[in-house]
Amino acid sequence: MAGKDMKSNRVYAKRVNISKSWYKFSRNPLSVLGLTVLIIIVLAAILAPYITPYPEHAGPYTNFPESGQPPNLRHFFGTDTVGRDVFSRVIFGYRFSLLLAVVVISLSVPLGIILGLIAGYTKRKWLEIGIMRITDIFLAVPPLVLALAITAMLSPKLLNQMMAISLMWWPWYCRLVYSVTSSLRNEYFVHDAELTGARKGFIMIRSILPNCVGPILTKITLDMGFVIILGASLSFIGLGVQPPKPGLGTMVADGAKRLPAEWWMTVFPALAIVLVILSFNLIGDGLRDMFAVEEI
Amino acid sequence: MTEEIMRVEGLIKHFFTKQGTVRAVDKVSFSIFKGETLGLVGESGSGKTTVAHTLIGIYEPTGGKAYFKDQSLEKDYSGRSKNLKKEIRIVFQDPGSSLNPRWSIKQILELPLKVHGTPVNRDQMKRITELLNMVELPPEEYLYKYPTTIGGGEKQMVAIARALATDPSFIALDEPTSALDVSIQAKIINLLIRLQKKFDLTYLFITHDLSLMRNMANRVAIMYLGKISEVAPTVDFFQKPLHPYTKMLLSSIPVISDDEEDLKPKKVISRGEIPSPVNIPPGCSFHLRCPEKMAVCSKIDPEMVEIEEGHTVRCHLYADG
Repeated sequence: MAGKDMKSNRVYAKRVNISKSWYKFSRNPLSVLGLTVLIIIVLAAILAPYITPYPEHAGPYTNFPESGQPPNLRHFFGTDTVGRDVFSRVIFGYRFSLLLAVVVISLSVPLGIILGLIAGYTKRKWLEIGIMRITDIFLAVPPLVLALAITAMLSPKLLNQMMAISLMWWPWYCRLVYSVTSSLRNEYFVHDAELTGARKGFIMIRSILPNCVGPILTKITLDMGFVIILGASLSFIGLGVQPPKPGLGTMVADGAKRLPAEWWMTVFPALAIVLVILSFNLIGDGLRDMFAVEEI
Repeated sequence: MTEEIMRVEGLIKHFFTKQGTVRAVDKVSFSIFKGETLGLVGESGSGKTTVAHTLIGIYEPTGGKAYFKDQSLEKDYSGRSKNLKKEIRIVFQDPGSSLNPRWSIKQILELPLKVHGTPVNRDQMKRITELLNMVELPPEEYLYKYPTTIGGGEKQMVAIARALATDPSFIALDEPTSALDVSIQAKIINLLIRLQKKFDLTYLFITHDLSLMRNMANRVAIMYLGKISEVAPTVDFFQKPLHPYTKMLLSSIPVISDDEEDLKPKKVISRGEIPSPVNIPPGCSFHLRCPEKMAVCSKIDPEMVEIEEGHTVRCHLYADG
């Protein structure tokens, strides 16, 4: 039992775990497809200035002679009312959508996790009830309505939209983590950690939280899609990405006036929204399978 | 007489629910001596697990006193000293839920070492290897496995190793084998007996399996509806049971041959089921099922009387000594 053997053993065990997780995920071919599409979208969004045919079209650019062209070889998705390339603008539009989703999730998830863990683990009834009733109040208001109100009250820009949606999103995670935590709270392994003398913080973060990771990650992937829709909806009514910046919702709104004749201005940004949401959802399915703890 | 390691005096644990007060443990008293195994036997719902959980600190007792050596056990874990947490450990009934499914076995065994440190050797890895060897799990094979990938018996071995990790002097064994196959039961029991000898451990062994008790315990305490009805050395317990409930339990052990049947006390038909601890009958709580019921039984709850050295019983039949 030399130390070296142990170490190679651990590396091996880790590799086995990773390949096992990947195996479970990849048993669902649609999830792999979703992941592939998402990776392409994310790479395209990051590299947008280098790979789009007309990067300058993402800003205040006009070229009226080229306006209103249907899809062709020079403009895959056609051009909009002022002659900008819709394909380039869609790719740039992904940047805003993905940025919104990432910022919202990374603000709301940690907040929801912390409050959910505390509410689920604490033995002080008033603290648990306090946190959960506040959560319920937030959940009772439709997110679109409140986000609309907040964004309208402040000024309509992407940053405010992010803050408004984040404020609406943490209660879902709080409730999810709360429900898992309060059911695990009386499991023997939690009791054992308490009896051993582990600190509360350690028990919540190291003992309980790893058991919440599956549902949280699954929900995150699904929520990325929802946040993108919500962002696009707010943009659609003018409370998000402001022109001339290419928000996907803004582009759909602009093009909607030209339907049905100049359909490409609306359909391609809309399809882009559908594609990214679909791929997130497919990944979510795969993750759910992956995190299912196998029972013996 | 050997050193008394744990003394329980009139321990009470009530749970207050909407349906009423559950008197799970009602004025229980007993002592445990160093190096022995005290068996705590009772039907489901008799409160034996609650006794163990209160003593190790999951619950705070509602009343009564309990001492480990000379430290009081009247607080739950959050109010107990580190030393108490190190000395008193537990092996839970269900190994499936007592091991964190997201922790490798190494992580599981690491926690008690992290919290309490290992006085003899600083090297945690060495200690973990040692612990796994103690419970006969080859470390190189099990160290990085997760609880979901090993069997029930192996899980219970890990739980035992985890209890041993702090080098305790007292371990509560809460039906450690009831969730396991019979073939594995024997292995676990033998392991526990060997470890007890090796480390001079004291066990509180909880079970409803009387045959297991016979192999494991030095003394036996019978619990019925939150109260102890008889305490006896194991030999006396099987050869001259006093309490009618004890007799009923003994005659309910299944036997294969007539020889075995002859060894058992005279057949007592077991009848009825344990009443709800929310609604405990007045007088002696066993009088509803007792074949030797007298008028006094439904009115006055009997006191514990010592019949012989170390053999006490709580029954009106023996009230006058």
